[in-house]
Amino acid sequence: MTELLVPILTMTILGFLFSTGLVLAYKKLKVEENPKVERVNEILPQANCGACGYSGCRAFAEAVVHGKAPVTGCPVGGEETAALVAETLGVEAGEMIKMVARLHCRGTIEAARSRGAYSGIPTCYACHLVGGNKQCSYGCLGFGDCVEACPFDALYMGDDGLPIVREDKCTACGRCVDACPRNLFELHPLSQEILVFCRSEDRGPLARKVCKAACIACGICARACPDAIVMENNLAVITDFKKIVPEKIPEIEKCPTDAIGRIHKEEGGDEG
Amino acid sequence: MELLIIFISALLVQNFVLYYFLGICPFLGVSKKIDSALSMGLAVTFVMSITAVVSWLINNLILIPYDLGYLQIVSFILVIASLVQLVEMFIRKISPPLYQALGIYLPLITTNCAIMGLALIAALNEYSFVETVIFGFGSGLGFTLAIVLMAGIREQLDLSDVPEPLKGAGIALIVAGIMAMAFNGFIGMLT
Repeated sequence: MTELLVPILTMTILGFLFSTGLVLAYKKLKVEENPKVERVNEILPQANCGACGYSGCRAFAEAVVHGKAPVTGCPVGGEETAALVAETLGVEAGEMIKMVARLHCRGTIEAARSRGAYSGIPTCYACHLVGGNKQCSYGCLGFGDCVEACPFDALYMGDDGLPIVREDKCTACGRCVDACPRNLFELHPLSQEILVFCRSEDRGPLARKVCKAACIACGICARACPDAIVMENNLAVITDFKKIVPEKIPEIEKCPTDAIGRIHKEEGGDEG
Repeated sequence: MELLIIFISALLVQNFVLYYFLGICPFLGVSKKIDSALSMGLAVTFVMSITAVVSWLINNLILIPYDLGYLQIVSFILVIASLVQLVEMFIRKISPPLYQALGIYLPLITTNCAIMGLALIAALNEYSFVETVIFGFGSGLGFTLAIVLMAGIREQLDLSDVPEPLKGAGIALIVAGIMAMAFNGFIGMLT
């Protein structure tokens, strides 16, 4: 009987000693957490899907409380969750700038020259690996990897071979940004009017030859707005969107290939 | 002299990672950046040193006198688990960024077999108290050395042209193997 009791007692006493030690240590080393984190965490859907860009609902809750993520950052919970989170934190959900994904290419089937028929696996990724189906090696491939990736049904392929963003449905989750093998998507504030619709770094004559909508690096826009637009690697790059004043827009719109300009040219027009 | 040999052998010759192949999980998991590798190594060194001391006390004051040698593994698990909890609380209190950087690998020190191996090997070799302290500390430093060297190599690897199928874990394991071969050269120091 003692043979059985001794090990049991030994382990019990040892366990008791260690747990007492841990309890004492815990009291000393306890870390006070912001109680808001817990409250925000409870509001979130607990899907732990990662669509917000954080490793789970709790990580997102922490980021929101510390102001690193917008209250509207949870695409799954949508507006309801955003409103509740905003209420908990005492900020207004409406203050947040709505972002949408924008495609940086206007190389439609008509505008961009084809490189020949592609009959491989019909995804952008596969097509990109073999060099693409357009002579322009920067442009949209048009197989809709981004449409596939969009969890919110906010993208569809247009008749011109380019994906179109439904601004009302886009939550700026960034899946399309990751999905595009040519990095043609970028998230921009909805209110921002001017965009460069090209990513081609080819030199002007070549860019013009392969695509009618390419940036040919003529520099008209950069001369119109020297503080805001610069030419980099044969491509116009907007460095500071805030410095583009409305008076300058007509001058920017003189772009001979329409590679830079307003996103919505006319009412109800092209949303690309 | 005896102590120096124990220290050098734990640090270089019978390095826990590269000789016994214990503790490979954090060795591969936390060796992407030198900073976090160093912190991980120091956390493991800390746990190893304390584990060596506490497990020696338990082994020599309780288990051996009362003839309870068969409780060695169970009681060592208890020691390690409690110590890791303690370290976790401590790091969380004094350095939240480090706590974030170590992430899941910190509680995983509990299941790091290098630490269990240390306690068992020390008991097996019947080291005295001072020898155990030196052995624990040296082994911890050996782990730190291995993981920091690995992190340094892996930071360089990010810039080099690795064949597609070997990217990530593949090349990491190959590097670990070559390092182990290099470390085996230290065996000549002891004979």
